[in-house]
Amino acid sequence: MIDIILDHYNYWIVIFLMMSGFYTVISQGNLIKKIAGINIFQTSVFLLYISIGYVDDGTPPIIAEGYTTYANPLPHVLILTAIVVGVSTTALGLALVIRIKEAYSTIEEDEIHDKDKSL
Amino acid sequence: MIDTLIDITLLAFLTITAIAIIRINNLFVIIMLFGIFSLHSAGLFVVMDAADVAFTEAAVGAGIATVLMLGTLALTREHEEKKVAHRTRLPLLVVLITTIALVYGTYDIPSFGDPAAPAQQHVKPRYIDHSIEETGVANTVTAVLASYRGYDTLGEVTVIFTAGIGVMLLIGGRLLRRNRREDDE
Amino acid sequence: MKHNLILRVIAKYLFPVIALFAFYVQFHGDYGPGGGFQAGVILSVAFIFYALVFGLETTEQVLPPYLLRLLASTGILIYAGTGVATMLMGGNFLDYDLLAKNPVAGQHLGIMMIELGVGISVCAVMLLIFFVIAGRGRS
Repeated sequence: MIDIILDHYNYWIVIFLMMSGFYTVISQGNLIKKIAGINIFQTSVFLLYISIGYVDDGTPPIIAEGYTTYANPLPHVLILTAIVVGVSTTALGLALVIRIKEAYSTIEEDEIHDKDKSL
Repeated sequence: MIDTLIDITLLAFLTITAIAIIRINNLFVIIMLFGIFSLHSAGLFVVMDAADVAFTEAAVGAGIATVLMLGTLALTREHEEKKVAHRTRLPLLVVLITTIALVYGTYDIPSFGDPAAPAQQHVKPRYIDHSIEETGVANTVTAVLASYRGYDTLGEVTVIFTAGIGVMLLIGGRLLRRNRREDDE
Repeated sequence: MKHNLILRVIAKYLFPVIALFAFYVQFHGDYGPGGGFQAGVILSVAFIFYALVFGLETTEQVLPPYLLRLLASTGILIYAGTGVATMLMGGNFLDYDLLAKNPVAGQHLGIMMIELGVGISVCAVMLLIFFVIAGRGRS
């Protein structure tokens, strides 16, 4: 029983974080909060990849004498670049939020819809 | 053993932070919690032997992303407190169904840290065994990033560059034009 | 924050340390954890920290936006240029083996070059985004 939990604990928490990010995106009306939700979703995907690359009793994948077990370097490479790409796309989203604020003078989704309808 | 304990504790912290982010409505607090969330996940990356990733996450997530969000908050702050309306029923249902499907899926995933998992069997031994003689670089992550998957990284850098151009196009210009039009009217 | 003495003094001493660490991460990435992405981000964090304490105008005197735009494109140009150089030498795109006499030295040189390109580009783009968002309220 405890083995099953320990074997899957990481994945379950990753799913929980993923879903809390998802929930924030679809249930909240505030655009900045939505972006924070997207970022949580994104970080949970990073955690999923790194969890898959982990090996018991391994070391970081830097080749050195005396070590034979290394973590899988491939997920690290993918996630390393994904993090930096993620922050630039987040910045793009934030820029859109700023433009929306200037055009509609609000960042609440419902109010933006109301203003669109009243046009 | 100690690794597992740290792993469990940090993941629990992440969970608590995520719940707090959902429940709190003050945007400043949310952004600060997001910075804490990133820092915790960076710690988790260190525990899971991903030193390079932890580096990046600590500098990007807890540093730059938080600063950018604070900057946006300063530009979009609303002065009066608003009653925030949000729907809960339908999103909760959708999220619950997705969660059940995903948790069902985890039973087919090899257990955490299993050396016999398919992810550890292919490509990886090739990189670990031959990267040092082929590239002379001890850090396999750098070797894969820059040499084996150079095309990939070129694409990523281009994406970053394009996102930068997008931000500049959206809000890089001054507010001059609209102000001038208002003056004319 | 212009009147906070402690922050100003600490920022002055921390800035060179962070910048030096960024260069260490950049050029030691072959042997330890690190590389272009991390170094670029850390260097830009150093400048962002400076800008937060001393103000945007002061930082833009050192790094004017046109210079950052130039650097952002230079980084990608170095990266793609390395690939084109290897093509001109008769190999495939980004085939570093040909850059030096023996393949391992060539790989080393190639990796160094493109990490440098990545570092410059990432640092410049991050700073550009920060300056644009932080400078929006002014003007």
